[in-house]
Amino acid sequence: MRHLSRRAALALGAGSAAITLVGWNGGAFATPQAAGDDIAKFTGGATPEKGKISIELPEIAENGNTVPLSFSVDAPMTDADYVSDVLVVAEGNPNPGVATFHFTPLSGKAEAATRIRLATTQNIVVVAKTSGGKFYTSQKLVKVTIGGCGG
Amino acid sequence: MAETPKIRVPKTAKKGEIVEIKTLLPHIMESGQRKDKDGKTIPRKIINKFAAEFNGKPVFSTNIEPAIAANPYMQFFAKVEESGTFKFTWTDDDGSVTTAEEKIAVA
Repeated sequence: MRHLSRRAALALGAGSAAITLVGWNGGAFATPQAAGDDIAKFTGGATPEKGKISIELPEIAENGNTVPLSFSVDAPMTDADYVSDVLVVAEGNPNPGVATFHFTPLSGKAEAATRIRLATTQNIVVVAKTSGGKFYTSQKLVKVTIGGCGG
Repeated sequence: MAETPKIRVPKTAKKGEIVEIKTLLPHIMESGQRKDKDGKTIPRKIINKFAAEFNGKPVFSTNIEPAIAANPYMQFFAKVEESGTFKFTWTDDDGSVTTAEEKIAVA
């Protein structure tokens, strides 16, 4: 099934690949709205300030099954002032949640890298919470050639 | 069934140095979105939590959703003030836990 759909998607061309997979999955995809709800839950309703976070993602991800993601939050990471939590959400996946990272002053840097799945071209939003209760956000658009959420 | 994690921690560091740590656990990370050939949804089975501690104190952890790719890879940092042991823990949806330890000598 998986291989068939990939082959079909390839045959149909890059542009329609994501749509094909959506159709075959029959699943409802997250929306910026759903991602926004996750963020609101994380911030307790506070509106995060833009900035302080740099996100590294490829501009174009050929294979949505594994897309390298790294982020770095500008923070002193001392006992008095550090980034405690970082939420990563994807606006166009079946579920917006990607991961929540927890840091301590022992982390030394509010920085991490992992590999994520992306179903389609979409924005990745990163929200950071500091020990002082402040929130910062940044986002990046990734174009996905072949979606990575099954099918 | 328990797979062996791949871990990279420097053997030595200077006091107060921020060291880079890389971990990877071979795991399918079945998203719960895929269907088998009969059209039935394949149940979700992922690593849903990863945690790293140093000498018993939390350094870094992450709550993981199915949107993390197969063979979950994590790269992060730790500030080391003393020699000791890192302990890494991966928690599966089925409740099984994989752990690993790495020592570092701090001068």
